[in-house]
Amino acid sequence: MEKKIGVYICSGCGIGASIDLEALSAVAGEYKAGVCRTDPFLCGSVGLATIKADIDTEGVNSIVIAACSPRVMTDVFDFSPDKVVERVNLREQVAWCQPAGEEDTLMMAEDALRMGLVKVGESQPLEPFIAEDLSRKILVVGGGLTGMTAALEAAKAGYETVLVEREEKLGGYLKDVYRLPPCEPPYESLQDFNLEQMSAEVFGEPKVTVYTGAMVGSVAGAPCMFDVEISQNGATRSERVGAIILATGSVPYDATKLTSLSYGSTPDIITARDLEAMFTRRDVKRPSNGQPVGSVAFVLCAGSRDPQHLPYCSSACCVESLKQARYFKEANPETPVYIFYKDIRSTGNYELLYKQLQKDGVVFVRGSVTGIEDDGSGALVVTSDDVLTRSAVMSESVDLVVLATGMVPTSALGEPFKVAAPQQDGQPAPVASDAILVSNLLNLKYRQGPELPGLEYGFPDSHFICFPYESRRTGIYPSGTVRAPMDYQQARTDAMGAALKAIQCVEMVSVGKAVHPRAGDQSYPDFFMQRCTQCKRCTEECPFGAINEDEKANPLPNPTRCRRCGVCMGACPERIISFKNYSVGMIGNMIKNINVPDEYDEKPRILVLVCENDAYPALDMAGILGHSHNPWMRFISVRCLGSVNLVWIADALSKGIDGIMLLGCKHGNDYQCHFIKGSELANTRMTKIQETLDRLALESDRVRMEQVAITDFNLLPKMLDDFAEKVNSLGPNPYKGF
Amino acid sequence: MADAKDSARTILVAGGGIAGLSAAVEAAEAGFSVILVEREPSLGGRVARMNKYFPKLCPPQCGLEINFRRIRSNPLIRVMTMSEVGKIEGEAGNFTVAVRVNPRYVNEKCTGCGKCQEAATTFIPHPLNGGLSTVKAAYLPHEFAYPMRYVIAPEVIGTPEAKAIEAACEYGAIETDMAEKIEEVKAGAIIWATGWTPFDTSAISYYGAGKYRNVVSNALMERLASANGPFKGVISRPSDGKAVKKVAFVQCAGSRDENNLAYCSSVCCLASLKQATYVLDQEPEADVSIFYIDIRALGRQENFFEKVRQDKRVRLVKGKPGEIAENPENGMVTVQVEDQETGRILREEFDLVVLAAGMVPTTAGQKIPASGVSYDEYGFVLANGQTPGIIGAGCSRRPADVSTTVQDATAAVLKAIQACRR
Repeated sequence: MEKKIGVYICSGCGIGASIDLEALSAVAGEYKAGVCRTDPFLCGSVGLATIKADIDTEGVNSIVIAACSPRVMTDVFDFSPDKVVERVNLREQVAWCQPAGEEDTLMMAEDALRMGLVKVGESQPLEPFIAEDLSRKILVVGGGLTGMTAALEAAKAGYETVLVEREEKLGGYLKDVYRLPPCEPPYESLQDFNLEQMSAEVFGEPKVTVYTGAMVGSVAGAPCMFDVEISQNGATRSERVGAIILATGSVPYDATKLTSLSYGSTPDIITARDLEAMFTRRDVKRPSNGQPVGSVAFVLCAGSRDPQHLPYCSSACCVESLKQARYFKEANPETPVYIFYKDIRSTGNYELLYKQLQKDGVVFVRGSVTGIEDDGSGALVVTSDDVLTRSAVMSESVDLVVLATGMVPTSALGEPFKVAAPQQDGQPAPVASDAILVSNLLNLKYRQGPELPGLEYGFPDSHFICFPYESRRTGIYPSGTVRAPMDYQQARTDAMGAALKAIQCVEMVSVGKAVHPRAGDQSYPDFFMQRCTQCKRCTEECPFGAINEDEKANPLPNPTRCRRCGVCMGACPERIISFKNYSVGMIGNMIKNINVPDEYDEKPRILVLVCENDAYPALDMAGILGHSHNPWMRFISVRCLGSVNLVWIADALSKGIDGIMLLGCKHGNDYQCHFIKGSELANTRMTKIQETLDRLALESDRVRMEQVAITDFNLLPKMLDDFAEKVNSLGPNPYKGF
Repeated sequence: MADAKDSARTILVAGGGIAGLSAAVEAAEAGFSVILVEREPSLGGRVARMNKYFPKLCPPQCGLEINFRRIRSNPLIRVMTMSEVGKIEGEAGNFTVAVRVNPRYVNEKCTGCGKCQEAATTFIPHPLNGGLSTVKAAYLPHEFAYPMRYVIAPEVIGTPEAKAIEAACEYGAIETDMAEKIEEVKAGAIIWATGWTPFDTSAISYYGAGKYRNVVSNALMERLASANGPFKGVISRPSDGKAVKKVAFVQCAGSRDENNLAYCSSVCCLASLKQATYVLDQEPEADVSIFYIDIRALGRQENFFEKVRQDKRVRLVKGKPGEIAENPENGMVTVQVEDQETGRILREEFDLVVLAAGMVPTTAGQKIPASGVSYDEYGFVLANGQTPGIIGAGCSRRPADVSTTVQDATAAVLKAIQACRR
């Protein structure tokens, strides 16, 4: 398609008063734009009509809007998908943050327009990736409360689901559960539930295919094209599915490790699960002698909140123990019941259950349990450091002690897929918190490993507070207690949320759109394979494991797994990975088109590569607030700092640009990078380039990376000014003018 | 923004806070049309007023920006600000909803240039900052506002100032004669996500909230700490603007108290631990006391609790303060409490006392204008109502943190899709 570029410059909102638009329009001429017009109110009806008329009558198909930030008026400047639109931010990032009428302000605007023109000239309209033989089915792995709920509720929303359960019967942990804590009024009373009924409902739902006694042997492919092998009774069944919900739950912490709580010393110290099973079988008695349980003590945090065992809180055990204490009080209000606890974590309306048990006369003892011993008669005495009375407290002798063991996600049960090299002292290296453990749940045929990477403690939870379902494998949503410790009520909700995310994934992917966070994006990376050197950087660095490789180590991209962050593009030393509207060459040419005055002009130039997610809005905000900063800055917005290819640094330095700054999201444990690893990778790459710069006798201080939060708008101007000062003190780039 | 033609595939979301916002984008990305109805001039609700989220201490605006971007690029979502749901009739699959649109006095031609603000002369209390700062009567709700459109305060309508404001706009965006109107829309399902309000702690007379200026709620504490708050992010005493050093947090101010809120509000423990870090980060010589009953840090939040607990400048005291008093001379606030671990009565002075006010569902006061919706005695929306297709989400259903709220909102969308299929 022949490009016909139209440039539309808005003079409104103070732009015309700040920038000499006649001079600016001349830039459009330099780049042979077919049309260049200025309008006082481009987003108004007249302005828009002008653009539309040029599209219709002049054949304009590539449009540069030199006006406000792309963060506003997005729907207004949205033309048909076959048109390429580039927004040049003259308002927030030039006119509103630079002194009006200055030469430097004009030069900044001119460079912004030059870069926009290069970009629009090299961008192509997007064609969505639509794969063949797409499936919209949803696979649910695990048939406990979460899995059953997810399968059933997705089916009720109209989607075919496949439910795979390891055991012969559905129900998981629920098979041993007698009653549930209250989730509706009266909040003091326990709730009945009927597993048989729920199970029958699952089997009776025509849209749900159930495989029991079955395991997922392997999962190959990508969203809408996952090929799943299910092994059942020695046979293998195949299913093609669109998205996957991982609902394999958790197991109770291994009580045999709780020697300090004397587990195993007598059969009368049991776990919460054992007690639940006793009630479910209507067979509550002392395991040691079969006599009725006349008194009972519960020990909370058995393993949880303990750095020796599970450092986290298992969330549900407090309420679960309150529930079990209530079993005894309902059966006989006179039964002595003790609860030894650190904090009672009965959040929300569970507080009313806690209040009820206080009224029931349960004895609550706050402190650490120091021992559980036989009183000599076969009954047990629990000793605790009571914080409230600051002394050792012993229970009366009790018939039964129940340990509220914590939750261990099934995803934590396995050895690391990749074993790190031993440390220098020969000790094995610690397992990284996000290691992939071979836990035999999904058996993904992904180059990066067969399961979801963990976040912490083996839970493949999202690290995004605002986006709890985001895993690091596109189209696979962990849900229920495998994702995070939670109670029944939350697991049910979690199942429904995960089902919605799975539905959304198949809906988006089947029309060629990306899912979160670039939701709706139709661009995807294209690999120019002839020049690939099989260096494996793209496959290793993709935060989402989107790229497999063949036996010769050629990358095999999976566009429906891709989140369009461009980390692969940033990683590739051969620059063979490109999007139609974002590529190494394109950004490189934008850099090369920055006008760099010679050293005698004393106008240094600084390239600022700005992450579009948080740093770019923060710059906008600084503009809205009228904060000004050094005018030598030339901003290019990037999808993620992880997409920054080192060749851009070389491009900039050989062009004579004096300094380069990267503004991106926080990395490290509490990362805010929207693509998880992008800003961290950029940081690693920059450390390397700084070594190279030093070797070339180019000061490494010319390149700086800063972490910027979206709320740093008051700090940004100083950050920019400080860097400008540093660059100025280094003197001109010695390559200037070459 | 497309009109929702096929009402059975339209979901109306009431409330544009994090629950409603999440529900709206999740539903639209699943292919449904959405009408998002928000009472305020911009989206974001409670979280847009916050400084940081626990436990990552990341700014809420980061996630809001992603959601706003998803809205901007999705033609299936229609946002109605300054709007409230007036009346709901019909049934799942076919609701008719009367939406009351209050006048903003600024139309969609607004470019956000700010000329109206320059022309305005009257100052009104800043709607976000609890009376601690003012803003011109023509204002942008905040820098992050979506939609980025100005608002004219009704206080100046009908005055010569309004005429001057109107004249200052070069784009014909000011309409001082704008009036309230009712728009009728159709939807297949309704997600109710009107969130919560902080418990009015002045009901606890012996804590002095509303009487002593340096006794503030946790909600106001977020504003005190915010870069766009009344003190530009330096936590200071409302009485004299002096930066704080010694701060007390009083947990369960209203919650877990049968005279006030019998339930636990679920988030206040972590909110106070988080706010403690605001003080610790700001002031090397900070001295923070947290008075609590139980610290409820579920799941991996335990790590955050541990991190704060290990800071030597933090003291955790198990005990519920009995009385708070102010020294009118210097604004210092004295807290009296029995330390349950030592049995001693403590009486100490602080620069600032933060009351961890609980969450009251908005539906405790303003019920859903439809028949057949059930609530518990505290006003939380129950799932077993008689009208399927009206689905509570987020803190309308139970007190919850942001992550749980988003999870709940996502689940509510599934319920809504099911209702649309009826």
